[in-house]
Amino acid sequence: MMRKPFAITLDPGSSLANHTGNWRTERPVYLDRLPPCNHACPAGENIQAWLFHAESGNYEAAWRQLVEDNPLPAVMGRVCYHPCETACNRGQLDSAVGINSVERFLGDQAIRNGWKLAPSAPATGKHVLVVGAGPSGLSAAYHLVRLGHRVTIHEAGPYAGGMMRFGIPKYRLPREVLDAEVQRILDLGVELKLNTRVDKILDSMHAGNFDATFLAVGAHIAKRAFIPAGASAKILDAVQVLRSMEGEGKPMLGRRVVVYGGGNTAIDVARTAKRLGASEAIIVYRRTREKMPAHDFEVEEALQEGVMIKWLSTIKQAGESTLTVEKMRLDESGFPQPTGEFETLEADSLVLALGQDVDLSLLEGVAGLAVADGVVQVGANMMTGYAGIFAGGDMVPAERTVTVAVGHGKKAARYIDAWLRGTDYAPLPKHELAGFDKLNPWYYADAPHTVQPVLDMVRRQSTFDEVQGGLDETNALFEARRCLSCGNCFECDNCYGVCPDNAVIKHGPGNRFSINYDYCKGCGLCAAECPCGAIRMDAEEN
Amino acid sequence: MSYQPIKFYQTGTFTVGNRLLEPEDRSVQANMRRTNSLNSGHRACQGCGEALGARYAIDAAMSATDNQLIAVNATGCLEVFSTPYPETSWQIPWIHSLFGNTAAVATGIAAALKIKAIKGGNDRVRVIAQGGDGGTTDIGFGCLSGMFERNDDVLYICYDNEGYMNTGVQRSSATPPAARTATTMAVGEQPGNVFGQGKNLPLIAMAHGIPYVATATVADLHDLEAKVTRAMQIHGARYIHIFVPCPLGWGSASNDTIRLARLAKETGLFPVFEAEHGEVTAVSKIRRPLPVDDYLKLQRRFAHLFGARPRTDVIARIQAQADRNIRKYQLLQEAPQ
Repeated sequence: MMRKPFAITLDPGSSLANHTGNWRTERPVYLDRLPPCNHACPAGENIQAWLFHAESGNYEAAWRQLVEDNPLPAVMGRVCYHPCETACNRGQLDSAVGINSVERFLGDQAIRNGWKLAPSAPATGKHVLVVGAGPSGLSAAYHLVRLGHRVTIHEAGPYAGGMMRFGIPKYRLPREVLDAEVQRILDLGVELKLNTRVDKILDSMHAGNFDATFLAVGAHIAKRAFIPAGASAKILDAVQVLRSMEGEGKPMLGRRVVVYGGGNTAIDVARTAKRLGASEAIIVYRRTREKMPAHDFEVEEALQEGVMIKWLSTIKQAGESTLTVEKMRLDESGFPQPTGEFETLEADSLVLALGQDVDLSLLEGVAGLAVADGVVQVGANMMTGYAGIFAGGDMVPAERTVTVAVGHGKKAARYIDAWLRGTDYAPLPKHELAGFDKLNPWYYADAPHTVQPVLDMVRRQSTFDEVQGGLDETNALFEARRCLSCGNCFECDNCYGVCPDNAVIKHGPGNRFSINYDYCKGCGLCAAECPCGAIRMDAEEN
Repeated sequence: MSYQPIKFYQTGTFTVGNRLLEPEDRSVQANMRRTNSLNSGHRACQGCGEALGARYAIDAAMSATDNQLIAVNATGCLEVFSTPYPETSWQIPWIHSLFGNTAAVATGIAAALKIKAIKGGNDRVRVIAQGGDGGTTDIGFGCLSGMFERNDDVLYICYDNEGYMNTGVQRSSATPPAARTATTMAVGEQPGNVFGQGKNLPLIAMAHGIPYVATATVADLHDLEAKVTRAMQIHGARYIHIFVPCPLGWGSASNDTIRLARLAKETGLFPVFEAEHGEVTAVSKIRRPLPVDDYLKLQRRFAHLFGARPRTDVIARIQAQADRNIRKYQLLQEAPQ
């Protein structure tokens, strides 16, 4: 036996023999939660994941992550109404992350640098017909071709883009941006047939020997309202006006233009009229600004450009150069009621922007198809009542935005793929939501929102140049780094640092962490001090 | 500020690490090869601030001295929970002293190392003495004052949890006014600990004119590590006072330890600063000013101040202490120009 000092009988041992994990009543669980931005995105983008790459300046990786879900980032970064930013937890801290502006920056970087989309999966031999080259059709085509299917798009119009081209003015979406993103999808091998109107869908399917169809014809028929009008009154509809902006003959609207309606299309027409030289562009809307369906920032931009809005008014009669307008008031339930007070408005033309209907004539004779409220009914898998015919975008019941349409295209593509393979597509279960209460906001650096440059007023009123400028590389990086990474570990090492028991194991860059339950006493410090809410405390079973 | 904060990197230097920072700008604790001076399996309570503070400080000192370090440990929680015979959690050369003579033992080791160096041995080994507030402000105060006065080459670290915790939460001279302990019950007209000076050891250390004195909390790791690193660059007597919340003694939730340390600093109750040769050279500014209530309410030792008949008068006196600190150390940020 080794000689030991006086009164010492045991060799020194390590406290590692003492498994303090058995003290625990709660256990930390390292997990991923669903960031509110991802949760809110109608296109199903993994925003937090692409911002993660952008934060380290790896814009190409960020873009590649983005286009996993959405093939049109440069378009989306301009026209999306960014519900992600409304949901953003940072909004409760200072102001929401400018997700949309970073998306646009990534989209523009991709166009500038000519980044190509990844090649597709092995060919399946299946052939899918997509009707309509709008956002929904293009999105579906993109996802289908990447899943290995052959895709042909039949587009009735002379250009691809659908409402992105014929509904959204150039000052919001420059056409070279749209063209570049469409071309990139076509480069994957998607066949696009322009000026190819589908009159009878079943005939087209049989003629082309297609295995499945995705319908995305949009909603292009303007709704009318009955307005008694003199023979010489000039009444147009918004769809017609915005569409003719794409052709040679620009619409003749005159000096005083009145637009009837309260949606984004009404705003687009009024701002377009201003740019075409109208001295007055007046929107007549029957309710109040709070009730207006148009997005607030667009209303604001229109007002800045000198568009006038007459609230609580309806048009009763249209004459050669005057309109009769009746004042309205809101009743208790918020509906406008006539007051019997009339006034006269001078107008060279009246543009109706009262919403759009879907042209469903191509579906005549298709058995089992359900139509309600003028739109085609689809199941949770985006399939219509006729097996093999799927539909999405403005022609199905949903909010009518580009982003929703792109989301439909992706979703439909996955179900079409499963249907063609004879399997079931089961979306992964969603993680629990990472609400603001899950975060520890102390750790985030103070950083106010970056403001995008805006075109000067004179050019906004007279040209179709883009109004919103983009971010440059420095402020895009700054903006990306404002992301709180809600619910998803970004390797800040806090858990590894704050554990008094050295019971969090760090696996190194990119490999995240795990908990050593042999020693974890369940104090909960790691969960409390995790900035982004990626650790949850669960009660122990016994 | 003891270190240059880095802004706009998502969490900047607020978090332990940050993948967007250069490795040298991250903390020692973020390093996969940190010493882990105080290893797993120790018997400290759940959420122990002292266990955390000790690992933070000693790991930083090990990193700053290239692992040439001996630690002397006073009797107290830290010693009791880390070394029940025959186990130890320490992964560094470590010696246990009596409750009161830690500074003297450290002085002796420093002297011995000096002789060894003169005789041609390793001249790089440094000495740290560490203890709780009881062993520092009460029992070991005489030895510590002597160590300061002789300017012995020792860094003394006090882990301040404001009482004698492992013996059953008795009052020490670092216990704050109005706090309930086993020996200052929450009864009578002036419940809890008396309002008085206590012993403000950082100021007493500064009065000795020693080269370096600093305070820190477990809530600001970058600051704490920078101060330990700075201290190890200096020879002579140095003192660091680290604020370490105690869930057991304070009656706080085990997951609130860091939050409480943060609140102590943000309310102004615990000023975080550093001083050289008796003069304050830097203070950590308050980032989000808060009333002391936010700090007090989380602790059952102050529960008698709240409830059905709140003692707003006592809370006001505590707030006045915080306000005095804020004034004295100029803890508020200057208003933006």
